[in-house]
Amino acid sequence: MNVCRERLYNGIIKENPTFVLTLGMCPTLAVTTSAINGVGMGLTTMAVLVMSNLLISLLRNVIPDQVRMPAYIVVIASFVTIVQFLLEGYVPSLYDSLGLYIPLIVVNCIILGRAEAYASKNTVLASVFDGVGMGLGFTLALTCIGLVREVLGAGSVFGFSLPDFFETATIFILAPGAFFVLAVLIAIQNRLRRRSGKPVKDTDALCSECSMCGNLLCKGREDKAEGGEDQ
Amino acid sequence: MKELLLIAVGSALVNNVVLSQFLGLCPFLGVSKNVKTAAGMGAAVTFVLTISSLVTGLIYQFMLVPLELTYLQTIVFILVIAALVQLVEMFLKKTSPGLYASLGVYLPLITTNCAVLGVALTNVQKSYGLLEGVVNGFATAIGFLLAIVIMAGLREKMEYNDIPPSFQGMPIVLITAGLMAIAFFGFSGLI
Repeated sequence: MNVCRERLYNGIIKENPTFVLTLGMCPTLAVTTSAINGVGMGLTTMAVLVMSNLLISLLRNVIPDQVRMPAYIVVIASFVTIVQFLLEGYVPSLYDSLGLYIPLIVVNCIILGRAEAYASKNTVLASVFDGVGMGLGFTLALTCIGLVREVLGAGSVFGFSLPDFFETATIFILAPGAFFVLAVLIAIQNRLRRRSGKPVKDTDALCSECSMCGNLLCKGREDKAEGGEDQ
Repeated sequence: MKELLLIAVGSALVNNVVLSQFLGLCPFLGVSKNVKTAAGMGAAVTFVLTISSLVTGLIYQFMLVPLELTYLQTIVFILVIAALVQLVEMFLKKTSPGLYASLGVYLPLITTNCAVLGVALTNVQKSYGLLEGVVNGFATAIGFLLAIVIMAGLREKMEYNDIPPSFQGMPIVLITAGLMAIAFFGFSGLI
């Protein structure tokens, strides 16, 4: 059971996908106009992540190494399609507010990253808990950002309006507000890091994580190319 | 003709892909350190996005719709895009080494660029025809090119500025992006 608890702690705090790994920035900024949207997007991503980790971990000895990237993408895209239809059928309000960003979960670096880095090398149980931990960490981060934006921009919390003791600034629920809120959250994190003597992340941190996915794909392609030449 | 122009202005300026839809944020933040590489990335995205909206449009209208397999669109599109990027890379390598040398390094990064899949899905969602889809793809890419080149220009100037230590690196870039997004709001009166 220890490994499960360790995976949960790892996903939520130690390697939080948004604040520590800075993965999957597109949905993080796009859908967090309110806390409830953040929760919805986080849980949707978690569902896909858990299912894809489960299946990829089950198939880890079956999928040939050369074609693992396309195989992972097919698995992830299938689950995304299933989740999309479930949302459309059962939670149409969330489906409408997340819109285009539901199918775009396919290109979320977190999912492909976890498939490659963890699920393809570990047991089924550990992979599922890794998915749950990462998913909860992502949900938590999106909810935080959504909450800040909703309070500042619309003066409400989870749709319940607060007593109007301050002037709301609509800009925070529009596109620029997303950039500002994330900038301030990262700045606070930088300050805390500097205080505790940890190295401050530079711009490349974000870039490298994203290009990691790109490079993983390239790596798969190089392997494939080499495999092709061997035959 | 008028509709095409509206689509083009709409997706290049008013609903800018990076600044109002947050698609393609990774290259926008990662490859915007100097104007030259930013322009290279923008050109590569323009190239791929135009071709991919043509190919996904063709596949959607002539394969998925007649076979009633439209629910497979996400799976088909992402695989087509991944294969297409590879094909474009191979094609450029053989036929035009000069273009390959300038765009080649950026091509692998584009597969995971959500803007490419995003445009393919938007074209379906708004039920654009083939020509409208290609115009939309091209205009979206021009919007991306515009945003990333402006961003790179600003960041080159920012090198000489005195930024508070906590805001150095990522945060100041995000603040700049936010200010650019406000500036792009000005275009919303165009349509």
